[in-house]
Amino acid sequence: MSAALDTHGKAHDGHDDHGDHGHHTPTGFMRWVTTTNHKDIGTMYLWFSFAMFLFGGAMAMIIRAELFQPGMQIVTPEFFNSMTTYHGLVMVFGAIMPAFVGFANWQIPMMIGAPDMAFPRMNNWSFWLLPPAAILLVASFLVPGGGAGVGWTMYAPLTTQMGPGMDLTIFAVHILGMSSIMGSINIITTILNLRAPGMTLMKMPLFVWTWLITAYLLVASMPVLAGAVTMTLTDRHFGTSFFNAAGGGDPVLYQHIFWFFGHPEVYIIAIPAFGVVSQVIPAFSRKPLFGYASMVYATSSIAILSFMVWAHHMYVVGMPVAGQLYFMYATMLIAVPTGVKVFNWVATMWKGSLTFETPMLFALGFLFLFTLGGFTGLVLAMTVVDVQLQDTYYVVAHFHYVMVAGALFSAFAGVYFWFPKWTGKMYDETLGKWHFWLSIIFFNVTFFVQHFLGLAGMPRRIPDYALQFTEFNQISSIGAFGFGLSQVFFLYIIIKAIRSGEKAPQLPWDGADTLEWTHLPTPAPYHTFENPPTVK
Amino acid sequence: MKKIGGMAGAMLLSLYAGASSAAWQLNLTTGATKSTQVIYDLHNLMMWIILVIFVGVFGVMFYSVYAHRKSVGHKADQFHENTTVELIWTIVPFFILIAMAWPATKALIDLRDTSNPDMTVKVTGYQWKWGYDYLKGEGEGISFVSQLSTPQAQIYGTETKGENYLLETDRHLVVPVGKKIRVLTTASDVIHAWNVPAFGVKQDAIPGFVRDTWFRAEKEGIYRGQCAELCGKDHGFMPIVVEVVSAEKFSAWTGEQKKAMAAAADDPDKKWELADLKARGEKVYAANCVACHQANGQGIKGTFPALDGGKITTGPVKGHIDQVLNGKAGTAMAAFGKQLSDTEIAAVVTYERNSWGNKTGTVVQPSDVKAARK
Ligand code: HEC
Ligand code: HEM
Ligand SMILES: [Cu+2]
Ligand SMILES: [Cu+2]
Repeated sequence: MSAALDTHGKAHDGHDDHGDHGHHTPTGFMRWVTTTNHKDIGTMYLWFSFAMFLFGGAMAMIIRAELFQPGMQIVTPEFFNSMTTYHGLVMVFGAIMPAFVGFANWQIPMMIGAPDMAFPRMNNWSFWLLPPAAILLVASFLVPGGGAGVGWTMYAPLTTQMGPGMDLTIFAVHILGMSSIMGSINIITTILNLRAPGMTLMKMPLFVWTWLITAYLLVASMPVLAGAVTMTLTDRHFGTSFFNAAGGGDPVLYQHIFWFFGHPEVYIIAIPAFGVVSQVIPAFSRKPLFGYASMVYATSSIAILSFMVWAHHMYVVGMPVAGQLYFMYATMLIAVPTGVKVFNWVATMWKGSLTFETPMLFALGFLFLFTLGGFTGLVLAMTVVDVQLQDTYYVVAHFHYVMVAGALFSAFAGVYFWFPKWTGKMYDETLGKWHFWLSIIFFNVTFFVQHFLGLAGMPRRIPDYALQFTEFNQISSIGAFGFGLSQVFFLYIIIKAIRSGEKAPQLPWDGADTLEWTHLPTPAPYHTFENPPTVK
Repeated sequence: MKKIGGMAGAMLLSLYAGASSAAWQLNLTTGATKSTQVIYDLHNLMMWIILVIFVGVFGVMFYSVYAHRKSVGHKADQFHENTTVELIWTIVPFFILIAMAWPATKALIDLRDTSNPDMTVKVTGYQWKWGYDYLKGEGEGISFVSQLSTPQAQIYGTETKGENYLLETDRHLVVPVGKKIRVLTTASDVIHAWNVPAFGVKQDAIPGFVRDTWFRAEKEGIYRGQCAELCGKDHGFMPIVVEVVSAEKFSAWTGEQKKAMAAAADDPDKKWELADLKARGEKVYAANCVACHQANGQGIKGTFPALDGGKITTGPVKGHIDQVLNGKAGTAMAAFGKQLSDTEIAAVVTYERNSWGNKTGTVVQPSDVKAARK
């Protein structure tokens, strides 16, 4: 790839030059409502997801405050249940998934040399479905009976006992699903059709590859979830008995359907995170990604395997032994491609020329802690061990290692990494490092001790607990408050950087070598690659 | 120097003592059954393998972080693939996994074998208590409901919390030591899970289906667990207490239970007075209905209706009996017909119709309930 800058038609940069195109463009709020520009939409996705992250985080704080000591102090048990439910739903569907769609919007066109996404209007629509879904989620707290206290997994038949809050939540999930499916179709089409000449599939940056794979996972799994919640809806209101044994249905059927979506879902969260890390680690190692082709194959096999392991979440529903054995073996098998990825990242660093700016720190935090979460996943895959650990805090610890230290840290790495390209400003490196160290320390204080709680048998989703669990819960709550505050600090870092950050150099990271760095000015102008670059 | 060494030793010791007490438990519970030992050993084996891999991988990573920094002048190599290495680290993990899967498979097949039990107990999950029915073996026919006995005052902090806070019940499941107990699980409303960590047992209790698990306790004692599947409001408040006793004690216990059950059996044809029936009904209400409808009959707004001044509780008796007998499908209001006797239902209905602001004066006799059952 040549380092020549694309200057075609870029007389001036900044956000105003889209006015040059002869058509009338609204300004102010209407600009954001009507925009079809992938960068605007990416920005909205990222801010939306951060707002949802704070909202879901506030609910986590309420949970941890109630669990600070034994006894009921702050909330009622019903409200507590709705807190775990909406914390989980908001974090998964409102914070983490939209964050990575935000990255996809900003980065995919720039990384493959496309002028925009394939379907810009649908792109606008995908984003603008999210706020109504968020409103529905919040509104469920305001209707009689309050938020549904069923857990983010929404197992039947508990769902049939809930008030109208459950229905609003179901509609929210429908809308979020539509948004994801449209986003995915857009991403798939963009990647398959809009690559610049010479950008063959096996030359695409790994981030683009991971999103291509994730988009297929989304298209295949979101309709399954929509089906599950729709059946819940008809069981609730229209007299069907999909999940009601008294009417010939089966409550366990719900779990099979949910987890057929649910396990791919965890990879929908994890795979784009792998993608971000696969850009950041080589850049700060000043060395190409080790085993590019094997990364692509490993990611694809993880995606395929992820559809074949769903019932490892259901080891105690009473499956036949043969079923348990199959799901155990299949789940363990995922460790192989996951291992390949970890080895490749470490090999990328080996004999590099490493520096440790904030994006790299978060990527290393990801590598270290995601792997730990992967290991506890292997422990949970062992059916007999999982009998002791299923539905305990061990599981809570496990999935926060993969989702917070995994996906969230990787999103932080991505934000710090591309911030200069997006805004033309630099964040404050010292503050960024503070954010990293505070996050990683408080994260471990919060969640490491939960492994012990789980091993000792503390169930999850309980608002109150027996006295022997007190000490570790207190440690965990203190860590949680620290972690929460560290994320408010992150907001400060970002706002400060946008307002008064230093001007970013053209190439802030000397190891970065994808098209957005090599062929575009910093900050990236509003319209890029109107004439496709040629990739050699 | 010696002194410092001694102090450090003492601190370590106290740390160790702390770590080994229940409050700082760091690993799985073992001891009461052989299964827990099998699980514990498998888990430890996994942890050793993981530790070795962890140290290997991150040893390399941290060495790289230390030695291949730009700040120490390390120049980047540009290699980016090596087929041999990549093949090795794809194939070697397969063998490690097989090494893990082998003992895991053996353990699973043993632990799932529920054949040839000495005794069978059916466990039924209700919102939010456990029903126990001794189906086969000594004690056959014994049946009772067990629920949280921790007082609300301890939960809401007006009283100091007892040693077994939240892990104590009014009735214990009593079983003999050394006998294979098969546990059938089911539920009447939503999914619950019967879980006793000290036995290595966790089994979902699913409404409309029966599932099974088993345990053989090796040591006498009291073992505690909790419901492990979110089942609504009081999911955190439905503990399980199992008392493992010697064969003789168990025989004595079953004898007592049978006598007590015979004595407590109500004469279904008895004609009751309002005051007696209301007093009995208050007990039934406290045991079965307060969790949702609350002691003051006000319920919880938007979730559980108020019975004080309710349409049904002050309306026609028939509708009221029907609601309690058959519940309301698709809501948390369960059909109590299976759990409660005619007398108990008559009592609780009478109680509800004559308590708080309700002054209907109706007395529902057990025979009325019996008639309504058909
Ligand atoms: C798990 C929670 C729960 C428990 C325990 C419970 N109920 Fe209910 N009950 C409900 C719900 C929910 C409704 C409302 C059903 C509906 O939507 O019609 C209800 C409705 C009723 C009604 C009709 C009230 C009205 O005006 O509509 C009566 C009477 C009643 N319950 C009696 C009882 C009695 C007697 C018991 C104890 C033996 C009991 N309930 C235990 C949840 C519960
Ligand atoms: C501020 C950091 C966070 C804290 C302190 C926190 C804390 C918690 C707690 C205490 C629970 C309840 C566990 C239970 O009772 O079962 C929980 C559940 C959950 N969390 Fe978090 N969390 C944090 C961030 C996140 C993030 C970023 C994600 C997502 C990607 C996430 C996803 C979930 C999910 C899916 C559940 C399960 C909800 C359920 O039980 O239905 N959390 N979290
Ligand atoms: Cu899974
Ligand atoms: Cu429960």
